[in-house]
Amino acid sequence: MSESLFSKKNMALLTGPLNSSNPVTVQVLGICSALAVTAKLKPAIVMAISVTLVVAFANVIISLLRNTIPNRIRIIVQLVVISFLVIVVDQILKAYVYDVSKQLSVFVGLIITNCILMGRLEAFALGNKPWPSFLDGIGNGAGYGMILIIIAFVRELLGSGTVFNYRIIPESWYITNGGFYANNGMLILPPMALIIVGVVIWVQRSRNRKLIDN
Amino acid sequence: MENLINIFVKSVFIENMIFSVFLGMCSFLAVSKSVKTAAGLGVAVVFVLGITVPVDYLLENYVLTEGALSWLGSQFGDIDLSFLSFIIFIAVIASMTQLVEMIVEKFAPALYMQLGIFLPLIAVNCAILGCSLFMQQKAFDNVGEATVYGLGSGVGWFLAIVAIAAIREKIRYSNVPAPLRGLGISFIITGLMGMAFMAFMGIKL
Repeated sequence: MSESLFSKKNMALLTGPLNSSNPVTVQVLGICSALAVTAKLKPAIVMAISVTLVVAFANVIISLLRNTIPNRIRIIVQLVVISFLVIVVDQILKAYVYDVSKQLSVFVGLIITNCILMGRLEAFALGNKPWPSFLDGIGNGAGYGMILIIIAFVRELLGSGTVFNYRIIPESWYITNGGFYANNGMLILPPMALIIVGVVIWVQRSRNRKLIDN
Repeated sequence: MENLINIFVKSVFIENMIFSVFLGMCSFLAVSKSVKTAAGLGVAVVFVLGITVPVDYLLENYVLTEGALSWLGSQFGDIDLSFLSFIIFIAVIASMTQLVEMIVEKFAPALYMQLGIFLPLIAVNCAILGCSLFMQQKAFDNVGEATVYGLGSGVGWFLAIVAIAAIREKIRYSNVPAPLRGLGISFIITGLMGMAFMAFMGIKL
């Protein structure tokens, strides 16, 4: 163990998922929840934090157990570890932020089948030591959270004229108050979330040409 | 009977798994490159949903909710196990996919060869768990309604994946801007299809 805890290789695990191996836009993992919880910023951030914690700790637990899990039943073992962590998160959300937990509805439970979790457990935690696995989990959670926050910011600003429920677009601009502005109701509806993700992918790939599919 | 048809139509079109609640997007995007494989996965999803939703419904109503255990005796009447529902549902789904895989392998080897790796992957398809969780929220009256809901959601998912696969097969011949090729354009097409599906939202059943 001569390698330091924050060596270059370990830092790459943390920062890679923010850009060139982003879980949502490059690895195509965890799309479902990224689309469904992003109509407002607050649930998006709560979701991002929950997923980050669950990925990080599931990675650590699976990484500790990796030499004892029989290969044939590894999926069940992974699902049990994940669902245990998700139950903990769900109970905490219900206890402390009940309104957000209501808004997220089934999507907290769906963290269990969030592909980021299975994807990272299979691809990383099963073959690496606990500390790098922990960093990988935090990194991927942050990459996921970043996309969630971008989408939620655009959707909340243009769809309801607020950011974090603070009014950004003044009331007096609205047509109902004699102004010229109307919220784009389309952005609150699910299909626009897909189109925004499409545009985010477009921007990212035109900046980083290595990611383009052929 | 009319009630069951309503639930079916509602779950296929109005509350389509892909276009209105975005469940199962990962495999939807990953496996929609050709119509044939997309249809295979779609059939497997219909199959698994048709089995897991009623099983989860029975577990929910006879084991998990508050007072559900009262058939064991009055002293069990006030036990509330609903916090266990995630782990129970996912266990049912994982074991059912395993069971379905074994049954299909034994009795329909041709279908098994066709579905191949997609069967085990279904265990982590969020549409399956999502359907059970929505079933829990909707509180259906009997197991028949839950079954129809499961099948309907599966059929809706099947239609969606076959439709996008057909579009992606054709789009290969168009001149899409390079950074948008592949994933980006699939997202935008799914968004446009979602808007088309929103036309069903006004229908009240």
